[in-house]
Amino acid sequence: MEVDGSSTKGLLNHIEKPHVLAVDDNLTDLKLVETLLKNSSCKVTTAENGLMALEYLGLGNDKQGSLNDNGSKVNLIITDYCMPGMTGYELLKKIKESSVMKNVPVVIMSSENTPTRINKCLEEGAHMFIPKPLKYSDVKKLRCQLMQWGN
Amino acid sequence: MEIVGQLQKQYVDFITSLFREAYLDDQYVQLQKLQDDSNPEFVVEVVSIFFEDSEKLLNDLASSLQQQVVDFKKVDGYVHQFKGSSSSVGAQRVKNACVDFKNFCEEKNLDGCLRFLNLVKQEFYLVKNKLETLLRLEQQILQAGGMVPPLE
Repeated sequence: MEVDGSSTKGLLNHIEKPHVLAVDDNLTDLKLVETLLKNSSCKVTTAENGLMALEYLGLGNDKQGSLNDNGSKVNLIITDYCMPGMTGYELLKKIKESSVMKNVPVVIMSSENTPTRINKCLEEGAHMFIPKPLKYSDVKKLRCQLMQWGN
Repeated sequence: MEIVGQLQKQYVDFITSLFREAYLDDQYVQLQKLQDDSNPEFVVEVVSIFFEDSEKLLNDLASSLQQQVVDFKKVDGYVHQFKGSSSSVGAQRVKNACVDFKNFCEEKNLDGCLRFLNLVKQEFYLVKNKLETLLRLEQQILQAGGMVPPLE
């Protein structure tokens, strides 16, 4: 059986570079997260609110019109909690309800770190809860995870 | 090299005063830690977006407070954004002013809101000026062949 070198390399590149969807209505925070992830060798797609995120993932309202397979290519979703319209928690719920997306890890960021909020998110299936503003130690933890998922 | 030493001392003195006077807090140190050789422009990029974002927020705040009927929820939304972004870059005085500003929004106190809009604006332009000076000093050190002293 012949192995096509170029396609294997392409596959490896795809595996090595995790694709992350970053969601935040605060443009400074979104830029911060995007830059951090890109510097951790991730491919990053950004969305400024929950609805845009769902549309990107093909989970938008118009389900029949959502013929994209973006969702299946995303390795991680990192979202702010407090957003107008749809909160990060509500976005998390929608993702966990989806057969395509439910196993994709979701990380929640929030400036309010009450145990109630943290537990609520973890119980709904959030993989990690990162307090805002982002600290070096938390980003390091996230990077370690990304390296594992990338492989 | 003498000039590098001088610039480095200037930098340390300046940034120490910024922490002492609460213009910046520990979050700025975190940003510096997140910057490394693979992304030497990280802080500059994030701070630049902060400046742009903030100017827009200040305009939005001014116009929302000028309406015949002020939508305090909308105003609060803008202040919340400003509080978040200033917190993310370590602009402590701006963040603290936003916290107080939010209280006036909740009380639907127009006078208080207008006063605090002015204060937030003032604090923003102060820290913007300081950060621009700081980043310029960093550039000068690097161009002179030196290293920027790491923050404690």
